[in-house]
Amino acid sequence: MLEVAIISVIKVVFVFTALLTACAYMTLIERRVVARFQTRLGPIYTGPNGLLQPVADLVKLLFKEDIIPEHVDKKIYMIAPLAAFIPATLSIVVIPFGSSITIFGREIDLVLSNLNVGVLYVFAVTSIGVYSIILSGWSSNSKYSLLGSIRSSAQMISYEVSMGLAVVSVVLVSGSLNLNQIVAHQANLWHIFSQPVAFIIFLVCGIAETNRAPFDLPEAESELVAGYHTEYSAMKFGMFFVGEYANMVTVSAMAATLFLGGWQGPGDSSGIISMLWFAIKVFLFLFLYLWLRATTPRFRYDQLMSFGWKLLLPLAILNVLVTSAVVLII
Amino acid sequence: MEYVIFFASAFVAIICALLVISQKNPVASVIYLIMAFVAQAILYIQLSALFVAILQIVVYAGAIMVLFLFVIMLLNLRRDDFGPEKHPLQSWLTRIFGIVLVAELMIMISRGVGQSESMDRAGAEFGNVEQVATTLFTKYVFPFELTSILLIVAIIGAVVLGKRRAEEEEG
Repeated sequence: MLEVAIISVIKVVFVFTALLTACAYMTLIERRVVARFQTRLGPIYTGPNGLLQPVADLVKLLFKEDIIPEHVDKKIYMIAPLAAFIPATLSIVVIPFGSSITIFGREIDLVLSNLNVGVLYVFAVTSIGVYSIILSGWSSNSKYSLLGSIRSSAQMISYEVSMGLAVVSVVLVSGSLNLNQIVAHQANLWHIFSQPVAFIIFLVCGIAETNRAPFDLPEAESELVAGYHTEYSAMKFGMFFVGEYANMVTVSAMAATLFLGGWQGPGDSSGIISMLWFAIKVFLFLFLYLWLRATTPRFRYDQLMSFGWKLLLPLAILNVLVTSAVVLII
Repeated sequence: MEYVIFFASAFVAIICALLVISQKNPVASVIYLIMAFVAQAILYIQLSALFVAILQIVVYAGAIMVLFLFVIMLLNLRRDDFGPEKHPLQSWLTRIFGIVLVAELMIMISRGVGQSESMDRAGAEFGNVEQVATTLFTKYVFPFELTSILLIVAIIGAVVLGKRRAEEEEG
């Protein structure tokens, strides 16, 4: 019993450290990659090749003065950053990041919680994340924040529907809501080949859900200053920031698990190698985020809504219909 | 350990439920209601009804409460919007009904105390996705479809009402 507890504590610490490190270094990678796209150098002076930049950023955020504006609704203003940070980190719990590893003659599954309803769990936790945006925008009592938060919540609610339907067709094909079994089902054929339409819908909705370019209307800096977190400073702003990056990592990990066969690679994939394959696939999607950010202009609000409701949603419904018909016949 | 989790989440659920009705700020009430829902979901997990717990969070905490929050925020109620003071008779009636409700609750709880031993944990198979789906689409398929028709009627009604008002403003 004690042994099991120790193993789970180690696993939890490992996963959350990995997640937060990934978030921190994602900021550096983003700045360097976007700089490359714009023929600049980006941050290179802090440490070798700028590798200590995230540490410097963190120290700066921790020691900055935490300004609470006078006109805010204080209680709710304080809760909102936490509501952004906690759900974002919680959703990583059910994602299998490797097959299993043998340490001291004991086989350990490389997933924190092998839930039977893993897919639904991710949706449940991410749906809680909307609150941070609504509450921060409302409690700030500032028009930029409120506009940003209303845009963002409308966007998240609209694109969540299509995203859910894209995942439904994957669930139909693999016949399970358990992420481990979905990975196992892709041993011969990845779902990106059997469900290409669902993959594209999932990817587009994932980018929209995380409020990243070209769907970054909620924080359109040319119109709204910084959107829903305009009035936040110091570590409270940092929590929104980490929350956004953690959401990006989660969406990338979900995309890799649902469509790219999770931790399976060609040839032998067990233990450390499976973890490596998973990391590579997740990084692929994270790079795609940066690529899109550096090269695409922002959507207009009416374009965003008509794209989501008039194109993606009918396409997703049609895909579910066709998939279920095929599954029923075969 | 199990008892610690049970009492902690039950305590949070009850305190939050009390705070929902005692807050003056409606947005704060909504937040406490969300917390009460999440605490309830933890209780469902302890009864090994994981699927029900997740649905509780997706549907109630995730979807319905967002709608509540939007309506409250966009109406932007202030204290003087609630109208003049109530009629004295009305406030007396609320008190009487409140007392009756509490008394009923007490009776039900005191009846339930002796039977708590018989409240067994549900089996591992209880309330999982397969079971819920099978029951919904075989035994209760008619009421289930009827509910969906009801919802569609409500949605169409909302669209028609919203559209009519927009047209009036234009014309």
